[in-house]
This record gives sequence, C-alpha cells and structure tokens, in this order.
Amino acid sequence: MDLSAINPILLIAALMSAATPILLAATGELVVEKAGILNLGVEGMMIIGAICGFAVAVESGSPVTGFVAAAAGGAVLSLLFALLTQLTLANQVASGLALTLFGLGLSALLGQGYVGVKPPSMPDISFGFLSDLPVIGPIIFGHDPVLYFGLMLVAAVWAVLRFTRAGLVLRAVGENHDAAHALGYKVIRVRTLAIMFGGACAGMGGAYISLIRVPQWTEGMTAGVGWIALALVVFASWKPWRVLLGAYLFGGITQLQLNLQGAGVAIPVEYLAMSPYLITIVVLVILSADKSAAPGSLGRPFHASG
Amino acid sequence: MKFTTLLASAAVALGLGAAAYADGHEKTKVGFVYVGPIGDGGWTYEHDKGRLAVEEALGDKVDTVYVENVAEGPDSERVMTQMALDGADLIFTTSFGYMDPTINVAAKFPNVKFEHATGYKRADNVSTYSARFYEGRAIQGHIAGKMTKSNIIGYIGSYPIPEVIRGINSAFIHARKANPDVQFKIVWAYTWFDPAKEADAAKVLIEQGADVVLQHTDSTAPQAAAQEAGNVVTFGQASDMGQYAPFPRVSSIIDDWAPYYIARTQAVIDGTWESTDTWDGIGAGMVGIGEISDAVPADVKAEALALKASLADGSYHAFTGPLNKQDGSAFLADGEVADDGTLAGMNFYVEGIEGDIPQ
Repeated sequence: MDLSAINPILLIAALMSAATPILLAATGELVVEKAGILNLGVEGMMIIGAICGFAVAVESGSPVTGFVAAAAGGAVLSLLFALLTQLTLANQVASGLALTLFGLGLSALLGQGYVGVKPPSMPDISFGFLSDLPVIGPIIFGHDPVLYFGLMLVAAVWAVLRFTRAGLVLRAVGENHDAAHALGYKVIRVRTLAIMFGGACAGMGGAYISLIRVPQWTEGMTAGVGWIALALVVFASWKPWRVLLGAYLFGGITQLQLNLQGAGVAIPVEYLAMSPYLITIVVLVILSADKSAAPGSLGRPFHASG
Repeated sequence: MKFTTLLASAAVALGLGAAAYADGHEKTKVGFVYVGPIGDGGWTYEHDKGRLAVEEALGDKVDTVYVENVAEGPDSERVMTQMALDGADLIFTTSFGYMDPTINVAAKFPNVKFEHATGYKRADNVSTYSARFYEGRAIQGHIAGKMTKSNIIGYIGSYPIPEVIRGINSAFIHARKANPDVQFKIVWAYTWFDPAKEADAAKVLIEQGADVVLQHTDSTAPQAAAQEAGNVVTFGQASDMGQYAPFPRVSSIIDDWAPYYIARTQAVIDGTWESTDTWDGIGAGMVGIGEISDAVPADVKAEALALKASLADGSYHAFTGPLNKQDGSAFLADGEVADDGTLAGMNFYVEGIEGDIPQ
C-alpha cells in the first residue's frame, strides 16, 4: 500500500471533471421533471450531443462551436420527445426509452466517419497568477470553461426556480397542470421549452465526454451516464444543490476508488467498484429525509380538455 | 375478435415462412452476439470483421445476423433464444460472460450449434474457441519493460477472469526479464467497454507515475488519454488501433477471427461440425502482432520480433519455468512449461506482482 502515490490535488481536480457530464445532464433533467415531465431519454440525448459536438468541433476546429452544436443536437432530439408526449399524448416512459434507443442508433450512424479522429482540444481558462497558486490553483482555477459553465448553470437553475416568476410558473405546471391551465398558463408550451432545455443540457453533458474527458468518438461511449443522471435527480429530491453534491460525490468516489486501486490499498476491489453508487445513494437518501416530494403532475399526461 | 384475427394472421405468417423455408431457400443462418458496439475499435470490431469475412467468403450460402451491446447475463440469454427461434443454425457468443447463458440456451436448442469465445464449458452442440492472447502479452511486456523510464507499468484490467490474469502474468514475466526493476500497477475497471471509465483509469495510472499503460478493455479511450499525457506508451488491444500509431501506440495485439469463423460456418454447411475446443496463437494466425512503430528503438524491436518468431514456431512458451506463484510457492520448475489446463484456469499472480486478485 502506498497512499503517497495519490495526489489529493489532482484527485479533486479530476473528480470535478469526471462529475461534469452527470451534473449537466442531471440539471437539465431536473428542470424537465420540475415541469412535470419524466424524460427517460437522457442517455439518448447525451450520446447525440456527444457525436454532434464532436463532429462539429472537428469540422469547424472550434470546441466552443462544438458545444453549441451539441446543445442544439440534444434539443432537437428532445423535440421529438415533446412532439410524442405533448401533442400526441404518448406514454412518457415508453417515449423516453424509445428516445434513448433511437439516439444510440442514430449517433452510431452519424459517427461512422469520426472513429479515430482527434478533436481540437479545449484550452483551460487562464486566470493569470491565480492558476499558479499552490493547491487552490489546480483545484479552483485550472479547468476548462464548460466545467465552470456547469457550476453556473446549477446556480442559475436554482435562482430561477426559486426567485423568478418564470420559475414559479414552471413549478406550478409541474405540481398541478390542471390548475396552471385554469390560471391561463400555457402548460404545453412551458413543458416543451423545459424538455428542450433538458435536451440541450444533456447534449452538452455528452459532448463533455467526447470532447474533453476522453476525448474521442466511440459508439455508445456515454455507457450509462444518462441513467445515473436520471437516478441522481430523484435521490437529490429535485433540488439543484443536491444534484451538484450528488454528482461530485459520485465523480469523486469513482476517481478515489481507481486511485486506491492503483495505490494497492487492501480493500477488496468489488467494494471499491460499487462504492460510488452505494455512498451517493446513502448520502442523498439521508438528506432527502425531509418532506420534499416529487412534483405532483410528474409523468401524467395533460390535455386541455381534462 | 381482435385476438383471433391476430392468431390467424400469425398462423398465416408462420405458414408462409415455413413454405419459404421449404422452397429450397436454405441459407445457413449465422448469428453473432457482441458485448460492445461494432464501432468500438477493439474487441467487438474484430469479431464483426470476422462476420463480414464469412459473408464475403461464403456469399449466398450464408445469412449473418448480429446483435451488439448485449449485456452479459440474463439479457444475453434472451438474445440467444431469439436468434435460435429466428432460425439461426450457428451462433457465436463472443464474450466470456456469455458462458452459462450459452450452455443454457444450447440445452434448449439441440439442433443449433453454438460457439462460445474464451470460455471453458462445452456441450455436444457447444464449442469453445479462444486465442492465446498471452503470447502477444509476452511481446508487449518485453517492449514495455524496455521502454519504461519510471519503471512503473500501468495495467487496466476488465474483470478478474483467467484470460485477463494470464495476460497480466505473461506481460509481467517478460517485462521483468527485460527490466528487473519493473513494477505493475493494476486497476480493475469492472467493465469491458466504458470509454469514460477506461480513460479515467488510464489517467489515474499516469498520475501515479506509470509511463506505459497496458489495457485489457475494449475501447480506444486509454490511447486517447495517453496521447493527451504526451509521454506515455500504449499498445492496441484486440484491434490494431493504428490511428494512435506511431505514438502512443507502439504495437498491438490483433485478434483475427475470420479464418476460424469461415471454417466453422463451412463445417455447419457441410454437416461436419463437431464440438471442439480451439485455442490458437501467433503460430496459427489467430493472434497477430501489429506493426511495431519507430518509437521503439531498433534493438528492442528486433528482440520483440525474435520473441514473436520463437512463440510462433513453438520453440519458446510464454510460461516457461523457473516461475513461482505470488506467495512464493513453486509454479513451474526450470524449463517446465505450463499446460493448457493450468493456463485456462489461471487464478493467481506470479511472484513479484503486488496486490490481490479480487475473488
């Protein structure tokens, strides 16, 4: 056992990076579920974002353009879900699952010409002398712009949901769509926008994997991250800061267990391998002991005639 | 009423299907079950190349179908059952974790032939086949031992099964021969295919000082991570991964399943198929060694090629004594060669490797 081989600074920096795809996707899904929609297609939207972002970044040479394209790709795919569930009142669970399958297949098709291509790399933001500070520099001031965007997104979602009229309307639609409709709010319009927001966030989360974390394109490369993001939203009781906590906890313990393995710590590997899932769930379940419940209309179809 | 209509149409459809079958339309149908996507650039990609080679070689006589991304376990049993129901004559199940599902499904369909890759359970209609990847690992280990400057070699394992442990041992034995100071750091990813996790594992190993990373997972993600780190050597796994040559990828192990798949399919067509256990290596061409790039010094390359030649013609075995097990007990006496049974069930590290195998 050689714990000195683990560099805690690099570990924390790595966990922030590892948590970002989950964080982006989960924040988007949180807004969707707050509007009363259960979209199980996160994985599909992520992988579409991963390939759209990758392809556009490679063609344009600009990773920023790639991320914009990833958000657009995810949002366009989510429109399909909106069309199915909001206009034709299809079952949300089935539509979401279909979206995931469709996204996985379509991304494999789109990505055929991009296997083995190296994308342009996203430079870390330079904070001048701040980035050179010991300890704090690499942890707080040594990341790529998308990671900071993810953190700001959580803050923004929290503030909008809590303090603005738009947030109140969104929550009203999610809690009781009939009442919101009776008050004159456009339930379907609000939900469609929320779904597109969720799609854009998931798309960016996928692009973070293909452009920054790995960086390459491989079929099926999101490998279940979308499902973890979905579960995280529930365990975080639909609260943005808990989503952040959960994502960092999950990313952190994933990184830590790999580090411990590398350092040869004598804990059986099976326990290490399952620890991220276990600890994240335990912590969030304990936290959710308060009375926060799912949005009242979550997953229920809405029709104005209702 | 609706239900009876449904039943009736199903009956008609069945009848038509049977008629088409009896119409002399008797192509041999070959199914493939893959653990990853065919575009993984590694393990599954090579199996699919084998499938395409079958189509090319046997043309009209065969129909091939495949299902990708099939999880090991009950899900695979369902996929195999469906393939058998759809009329497959021969089914290749291409991952270790399909072993018990293959045996279960094979018992239900005695007329369908099954071929399970890398496993050890056989039946009258189940063959097993595998490649002696450990021969390739020996060459990798030699190059790795010569190339490392930090004397730390990282190894990304998938699952602690004999196939993977054999590879670690073989690489370690030959890395130590090339460089007695070498240490192995082993990380188990518990997945065959998860690019993000594989990249994370590679980064962790690199952060902990490894300047050579060997992988026994299927995607090219560790190659990308090494490329980003800049001074880390990798080896292509299962496929050439030539897009990362000449550096970080300095060589590779390439699985070549095509000749085997063609021969086995032909045997089904001819009616000569029998349950067999095939385990071929470099000599038979099932394991290929990808081009050793110029990043490797010429003398090391020459040694590696000599090692390859001696493995191919059988004059040298990758597990030749004297060797001890990790706990210091004797494994092979001087000059003794490991038998296939020991290799197939290998569940221990050789002396010098640190850490425990997850049990």
